Amino acid sequence: MMPVASLEWFLMIAAFLFACGIYTILTRKNAVSVLMGVELVLNSANINLVAFARFVKPAASLGPQSVPIPMESGAAAVIYGAPWASGHVFAAFVIILAAAEAAVALGIILGIYRSMGGVDVDEVSALKG
Amino acid sequence: MILTLAAAGSSWADPAFWVFLAFAAMTVGSAVLVAATRNIVYSAYALLLTFFGVAGLYVFLDADFIAAAQVLVYIGGILVLILFGVMLTNRIHDIHLSNETTHPVTGAIIAGAVFLVLAYVALRTDWELDPRPAVPTSQEIGKAFMGKYLLAFEAASVLLLAALIGAAYLARRGEKE
Repeated sequence: MMPVASLEWFLMIAAFLFACGIYTILTRKNAVSVLMGVELVLNSANINLVAFARFVKPAASLGPQSVPIPMESGAAAVIYGAPWASGHVFAAFVIILAAAEAAVALGIILGIYRSMGGVDVDEVSALKG
Repeated sequence: MILTLAAAGSSWADPAFWVFLAFAAMTVGSAVLVAATRNIVYSAYALLLTFFGVAGLYVFLDADFIAAAQVLVYIGGILVLILFGVMLTNRIHDIHLSNETTHPVTGAIIAGAVFLVLAYVALRTDWELDPRPAVPTSQEIGKAFMGKYLLAFEAASVLLLAALIGAAYLARRGEKE
């Protein structure tokens, strides 16, 4: 069964989210706002990954669904899962990395706030030569 | 471009398509709000709506596991972290100064150019379509995690541990100061 909307719809929404994220990253002065822009960009990439996994034919290089291993005590196999699952796994990795990135970024922002009294990214230039 | 999108859209008579349009409008509209609003607290709450809309889009892509992970991790974790960041680092009462922008015209030009390039590629490429069956996804994702991507999975778990320790170390108050 085809989904209710076509691939182009999802790609256009993702492109728009990406543009909004880029605009937020470029124009905001507040470091927390810049972090929000990064989250928008990551979300748009994730939409693309899941949409391609849903619609587009998997590459032949994604390989077979399982590879048998010859063992003395009988047959075993490394199970690879369906080819489209790769897109979902990538999306899950993006979510994992976004969580790690947000935690570390917030720690850094709190440290900057304590030592400099503000989170304006234009004013954090103590390392500038 | 709009004509291509309208032709690519499925049946306008299908009520599910209108629900999809509602989620798409919620995602896009709140993303604009995140980028444009003057108050950083409004920005954070608009980001909540964006994340929720994206979770709805995942449901329309038959990605149940990713949709649940989106709600749990983004809304339950990252958004709460961002709200903590907003509350801890801003003087909330000076609303107009909390979310200043710089060079809005240049930013809009660059973002618009990025959007046009992405939209051009999305609409003009001849995608090799082969929709997968709309089956529950978690079983195949589990097989892929525990088989093909096992090393990356373990690396991600180590990374999460390192990020947890690093964030706790960075955010705690130094004893020497």
